[in-house]
Amino acid sequence: MGMTEKLRFRDPELAKSIAQKIHALTSKQKTIKICHVCGTHEWTITHYGVRSLLPSNVEVIAGPGCPVCIVPASEVDETIELAMKGTSITCFGDVLRVPGSHMSLLDAKAKGADVRIVYSVSDAVKMAEDEANKQFVFFAVGFETTSPSTAVEISQRPPRNLSFLVSHRVIPPAMELLASMEDLNLNGFIAPGHVSTIIGLRSYEVFPREYSMPTVVAGFEPLDVLFAVYMIIKQLSENKPRLENEYTRAVHWEGNTKAQELIREVFDVKDGKWRGLGTIPSSKLALKKQYAAYDAELKHNVKVEEGIDSQPGCRCHLVIIGKIRPTACPLFMKACTPQNPVGACMVSIEGTCRVWAKTVSS
Amino acid sequence: MCLAIPARITRIKGDKAQVDFGEGVLREVNVTLVEPKVGDYVLVHAGYAIQTVDEKEALETIALWQEILAAQKE
Repeated sequence: MGMTEKLRFRDPELAKSIAQKIHALTSKQKTIKICHVCGTHEWTITHYGVRSLLPSNVEVIAGPGCPVCIVPASEVDETIELAMKGTSITCFGDVLRVPGSHMSLLDAKAKGADVRIVYSVSDAVKMAEDEANKQFVFFAVGFETTSPSTAVEISQRPPRNLSFLVSHRVIPPAMELLASMEDLNLNGFIAPGHVSTIIGLRSYEVFPREYSMPTVVAGFEPLDVLFAVYMIIKQLSENKPRLENEYTRAVHWEGNTKAQELIREVFDVKDGKWRGLGTIPSSKLALKKQYAAYDAELKHNVKVEEGIDSQPGCRCHLVIIGKIRPTACPLFMKACTPQNPVGACMVSIEGTCRVWAKTVSS
Repeated sequence: MCLAIPARITRIKGDKAQVDFGEGVLREVNVTLVEPKVGDYVLVHAGYAIQTVDEKEALETIALWQEILAAQKE
């Protein structure tokens, strides 16, 4: 029995009590819109039916919390170009089916390219060590939860036949973009728990201070999320927006300082394109000059400036900011299914459309 | 992709550790980013322990919830 099961993070009685408290605080309120930015939060909310416990005027929407969904087509295209030229591509499994402009890495694999799924960046290092005569590229996708592992390996100077296509993004600038979109009318943030184990709380101070948005870092058990909703609603009812931490068992104010140091050692922060959101200032990690030998774009001379991010009819760009629900997309579960995804949000198990597809079909 | 799973450290050797995900599922993970002791719970993401999980804090969280909810009933 794991630690979380032993404790009472899924206790239905506790859930009922928290839900009652939320109902009591919201009975006279207008609509409240709370945004989370983590695919795992969406999974918890959907899987455990958290929305069904909330009053009808409390809406919890999914922001751009799926790192695979926001990788622009241009970066997928670069990886495919490398694969088709004979480089061995290593990547996480959920990147495989993300649509590039014209095909996915899975399509490239079907055409004979060497594309290998790894569980960890360390698997890619091991492959490069074992097959020294081959050129390997690791497609480094992910938010702050994932970028420290890439930083660990690069800082230890892996074999030179391995290079990195760095697609890592940082999440707070995307949250700030959402907060500043007036027509979204967000009232509060559930901040991503696992990202926060790394970055700590400081980056979120801006939301209560500048945007009057209650912000609560939450864990991933159903009661964590439900209690975070309660904390946000309580702040709103008191009219005192602040930053709070519900996930104290894993998130500390300063975050994981060792991981932060490694990220700073290996990466610079640059402006970056996000699929469906456009360019967000200071949101992308790029290798520092002293690690340029590991930069796949430089080493293999590949650069795709513009890709086709969205196929006709696809509404991923609206789903990703929580403006529409997946069911409002004309392609959802018709032309676009988990078996044949049209948009990036249907690909990863953390994509909002994919999470909803599973619930709709099961 | 930001999924991280709690596991208990059963053995440590250098920057690698063996962890137990429960019910005997053992795996080697990299612990460069944390400084765990045998018996600690860590959050594991893509083969790396990214943070230790404080069991005492976990218990306190539940206690706090119950306190708040009890106060409501009074």
